[in-house]
Amino acid sequence: MTVKYADVQPGTEIPQKSYRATRLDLVKYAGASGDFNVIHWNDRLARAVGLPGVIAHGMYTMAQAGKFVSEWAGDPGAVLEFGVRFSAVVPVPDDTDPPPGGNTGGATIEVSGTIADKLGDNRVAVDIVARSAGEKVLTRARAVVRLP
Amino acid sequence: MALNKEFVGRAFGPGEPYEVSRVKIAEFADAIGEPSELCRDKAAAQRAGYPDVIAPPTFAIVVAMASTASMHSEPGLGLDYSMVVHGEESFSHSRPLHAGDVVVATTTVESIRAVGAMSMLVTSTDIRTTDGEHVCTAKSTLVERGK
Repeated sequence: MTVKYADVQPGTEIPQKSYRATRLDLVKYAGASGDFNVIHWNDRLARAVGLPGVIAHGMYTMAQAGKFVSEWAGDPGAVLEFGVRFSAVVPVPDDTDPPPGGNTGGATIEVSGTIADKLGDNRVAVDIVARSAGEKVLTRARAVVRLP
Repeated sequence: MALNKEFVGRAFGPGEPYEVSRVKIAEFADAIGEPSELCRDKAAAQRAGYPDVIAPPTFAIVVAMASTASMHSEPGLGLDYSMVVHGEESFSHSRPLHAGDVVVATTTVESIRAVGAMSMLVTSTDIRTTDGEHVCTAKSTLVERGK
């Protein structure tokens, strides 16, 4: 079941996964990470600084991409290097907000990946794409993962 | 307000040692929805060759943030945290953090530059055990939006 170094080639795709993010998830992430910036839990204050409302922590979105790679590798400890650029915010509406287009609150983060390179020493470079509401929310996202 | 470029090259820390616990790792894994038993089950982690449960790769931000927070609040830096968004983040691990690690972090200001009305602050946080073993370097770009 575990993916092996010998089994992957540059261009090998990692099937896309979708992760839901709700206000409760952001509250849990705030507590677990210690990042209590008001823009991640208070609509009024988020709007006051020009945001569309509460947005996900950038590090929450990055963590979803990290989870995507570690689930594929079968080991969170296999992710040696991991870097991203945050290219767009991820608004996370409350489920009591008026539903535009039937939205019942929360956001969906879709993550996919491609093997970019085999680096030797059982390490592979994985290029990652993360989208939410049709926008790329991470760019230049790459992980170096050690495979068995 | 422009950031104070005299901060470039300055190092902050190491602060108080941070002890990585099983409970905190499990809490963080739950919060991000990481399902791996290697973050929760010591026996499973040991079968995989680790001394104890391991942290997800972005857990290092918990340790790094505690270190960078002391720098961000330096009045001389001139950072308005309410206008800050996260621009980039990267982690380079020598090994995963695991329960039982006692680590210290040192944050160095790598660069400060103005891009139009925005300021970009790049820091590098070195995380190592109190015995001096390197575990992770976290590099962070914060963007202070102009008013």
